[in-house]
Amino acid sequence: MEAYLVAIAIVGAIYVLLTLGLTVQYGLTGLVNFGHVGFFAIGAYASALLSLEGVPLVASFACAALAAALAAWPIGLVALRLRDDYFAVVTLGFSETVRLVITSERWLTNGVQGVPGIPRSFAGLGVGMAGSLATLAAIALVCLAVALALRRIARSPFGRVIEAIRDNEDALRALGKDPARFKMQVLALGAALAGVAGAFYAHYITYVSPDQFIPLVTFYVWMAMIMGGVGRVSGAVVGALLLMLFLEGTRFLRDVAPDLISAVDMASVRIGAVGLALILFTLYRPQGLVGDYTRR
Amino acid sequence: MSLVVRDVTKSFGGFRALDAVSFAMDGAAMLGIIGPNGAGKSTLFSVVSGFMAADRGTVALDGRPLDRLGAAARARAGMVRTFQVPREFHHLTVRENLMAAAPGQSGEGLLGLFLRPGRVRAEEEAIGAEADATIAFLRLTAVAGTPAGRLSGGQKKLLELGRALMAKPRLILLDEPFAGVNPVLVAELGERIAALNARGIGFLVIEHDLAALSRLVPRVLVMDRGRVLAEGPPGEVLRDPAVREAYLGGAAA
Repeated sequence: MEAYLVAIAIVGAIYVLLTLGLTVQYGLTGLVNFGHVGFFAIGAYASALLSLEGVPLVASFACAALAAALAAWPIGLVALRLRDDYFAVVTLGFSETVRLVITSERWLTNGVQGVPGIPRSFAGLGVGMAGSLATLAAIALVCLAVALALRRIARSPFGRVIEAIRDNEDALRALGKDPARFKMQVLALGAALAGVAGAFYAHYITYVSPDQFIPLVTFYVWMAMIMGGVGRVSGAVVGALLLMLFLEGTRFLRDVAPDLISAVDMASVRIGAVGLALILFTLYRPQGLVGDYTRR
Repeated sequence: MSLVVRDVTKSFGGFRALDAVSFAMDGAAMLGIIGPNGAGKSTLFSVVSGFMAADRGTVALDGRPLDRLGAAARARAGMVRTFQVPREFHHLTVRENLMAAAPGQSGEGLLGLFLRPGRVRAEEEAIGAEADATIAFLRLTAVAGTPAGRLSGGQKKLLELGRALMAKPRLILLDEPFAGVNPVLVAELGERIAALNARGIGFLVIEHDLAALSRLVPRVLVMDRGRVLAEGPPGEVLRDPAVREAYLGGAAA
């Protein structure tokens, strides 16, 4: 039971990191990134492949962040000139492209078979509870540091500009500031966080394959952000934990009443439930659970 | 300092919004632009400020052509515009709106933010003090901490002027500064603009309130159907039969 809880906590913390990335991009700046999972995948594969070549984990994590941020650069160059809705489509297309490249470039990624045997983080502590707890502590620390840094950014002159972009981009241009420059940095920052989340994921699960990086992951992250409260750093944390509760809760539902619903049906029911939850939150609690009620 | 617009033409499909518009103004002066709805005034503003590309013609500031510069670069060159319908940063407070407009902030870079916190703090204090002074000048002190989205239409007009001032322009393009502003405030806002002009800031002003505009600017440009119809002192120009015909549809002729 403890092992199960720790496992959930680790995956939950990975979602917290992903949600923090989306919070900078959408919550603060208004960038509709529907391709978050693409940056997550790049981070996971980058760190996994590098560590299998013998690169130490600290360096491979840094490379995961860097690779994801670099991948954001061309996307930004092309797509940040587009209107919001087009940007959403381009990013969604990007993440599917990443998945297809991973599937087809077998020489590098081993295709659909995936990459097994990825070094476990804190392998020195063994495969048992100690290693898992150390991993959990590490990712929780990273989440905390990132949350504090983001809070700092949100309250800074940089934060003021990106919120201004979200409110009215043209007005900012009229004042002599280039929204594209700021949006590019925000896109890269969010991507780097997703990349680090990917690295944690790869070295915890120790196996990566393309089917772990489907667009549904992106929408789970969106759901976490919307449930927690768009534009709030604390909202990202609360939302991601709520998401885990939801995902694991639906798993229990089947344990409690196995005859009620088959495993295959359950997957569909989950997706339906995600959609329903998104609609209900948008309708009845658009500011999320810990959102700012005084604004808007 | 001078703004020179030469031969600017802009069409939307078959509709010619601007038809070879030319004028020049001393950048430290005040020039009004009047004309009936659809005369092309706002389109002219968009082209001059770089929000729309002209089909033909040039815009130059101090002899430097601006045609290849985007809106942000033109603003940095010293020419800042406001909008007919105010575009406030609605989630930010009035004070934050003004502070966001200040140029050259090292806290706007992620590196500077974390590597030079002391400098960022000092800058914030200076910018904050400047914003407070501007807010007081525009009599917005009572709403300084209010999210801008909650202001009245007239207050938003003042906010846009304040934000433009924070960007340190030499020339401000005001699009209907008096629209939605209550009559008492119109007189006051006029005084504020005149005071700023006395400090050397030029104004190009689109306005429908002819009485208020006439008190403010020494010269006006009259536009009609994308063309410049007349230019001169307001009193003189408004007596021109062609202007009366265009503006009032002949009703008062």
